[in-house]
Amino acid sequence: MSPAWRAGDITAKLSNREIAHYSRHLILPEVGLKGQEKLKDARVLLVGTGGLGAPAAQYLAAAGVGTLGLVDFDVVDESNLHRQILFTKDDVGKSKAQTAAARLRAMNPHIDVQVHETRFEASNAHGILRDYDMILDGTDNFPTRYLANDVAVLQGKPNVYASIFRFEGQASVFDARRGPCYRCLYAKPPPPGLVPSCAEGGVLGVLPGIMGSIQAAEAIKLIVGRGEPLIGKLLLFDALEMEFTKLRLAKNPDCPLCGPRATIKELIDYEEFCGIRGEEEEVPEGIPAMDARALEARLARKDVLLVDVREPHEAEIARIPGGKLVPLHELAARAAELPQTEDIVLYCRSGVRSAKALQFLQTLGFKRVWNLDGGILAWSDEVDPSVPKY
Amino acid sequence: MEGLGKPVTVTVRIPTALRAYAGHEARSAVQAASVGEALQALVAKHPALRTHLYEDSGQLRSFVNVYLGERDVRELQGPSTPVRAGDTLLIVPSVAGG
Repeated sequence: MSPAWRAGDITAKLSNREIAHYSRHLILPEVGLKGQEKLKDARVLLVGTGGLGAPAAQYLAAAGVGTLGLVDFDVVDESNLHRQILFTKDDVGKSKAQTAAARLRAMNPHIDVQVHETRFEASNAHGILRDYDMILDGTDNFPTRYLANDVAVLQGKPNVYASIFRFEGQASVFDARRGPCYRCLYAKPPPPGLVPSCAEGGVLGVLPGIMGSIQAAEAIKLIVGRGEPLIGKLLLFDALEMEFTKLRLAKNPDCPLCGPRATIKELIDYEEFCGIRGEEEEVPEGIPAMDARALEARLARKDVLLVDVREPHEAEIARIPGGKLVPLHELAARAAELPQTEDIVLYCRSGVRSAKALQFLQTLGFKRVWNLDGGILAWSDEVDPSVPKY
Repeated sequence: MEGLGKPVTVTVRIPTALRAYAGHEARSAVQAASVGEALQALVAKHPALRTHLYEDSGQLRSFVNVYLGERDVRELQGPSTPVRAGDTLLIVPSVAGG
């Protein structure tokens, strides 16, 4: 990175309009004309333009980062709008990267916004990153996070990282030339299903705005070469406690990617590394299943016990009448409440957690258990559209 | 555990990602002389946490970091790192949301 600032080339690079636009940066001695020119020269690749990437992109565009690359294959979903404030109701169904690019160009006509409307994958990551100085990781899944880390390390570029869950965020700057990388922080991802995603666990809408803004601040500091970047540090934010905690993060001497005896010399298969195929967790094969219409008939005959394995706050949003609530994590302690001599149908939001509950009950000897195919979402689609989908 | 003192009261901070398995506690006070003992005491109190913190082999999972002060305990003496009364341990699991 470190875009070269050319002495004697000071005023030539910023037009009068740009000087007016960046005036409040220019009068900061720590940024000044030199720093603003570095920003104009800088090229930042944002992987993901959602919760983290969108606010980061807004601030980097406003700050005058000369080239912004946006990687996103997704479209705007209604459930994004509570946190992704770059998008409006009218954008639902449209390309995130294209929509974001149009907004950013309107915010600042002096910058170049490049759209990469594709998944960031091992097959294209090197080619996409080659034209940029650094990555800003705003992705929402483990495989892409390890990929973003690895390609940044292999190309010797910094990776400005943040990650969120519910009310808590983490941020760091991984620059293997000067400190640890993401693999030094977490050598391996959790097995699928052990850590819920934001889609399953929820997230406070303002949280990615805070963490994405921190990423933007770190990227700007790296570019202008001022301050202490979060290299070798992990910043934690807890919105409920309103507390920031800064921890030390050391380079792992055994890191297979950035350590002295590194074994990873090229990108790998990240889905395999993370133990998954596809982002959504799936219901294992061979689980006895019942579809929503069959369940409706059985409930009308009152010859089945319906068990809801979701959390109580989910049951408040939407429920199938007549169900007994036994959250998955309480099932082990409460299995004795369930009769082995009756037919039992288990349900959750989409059918994944209830499949786990079913497998657990099978280990206890339950034989008359079925999984509601597609969960309450399928019930809303096929039986009762008045049940809201969440 | 040679060289460790008597058990003292330490606080373990539990991240939101794991609170469902810890009776929704954000902080848990346990009696321990070392980091490993503190985590074992926590798991004894909340057995559902075990699979989230430990491999079947008993090793701390590689996507769960534990900090004493601002240091990762792996950089200190791992589970045998001694703790002092009033210390706070911080559990920081890997999260991927964005």
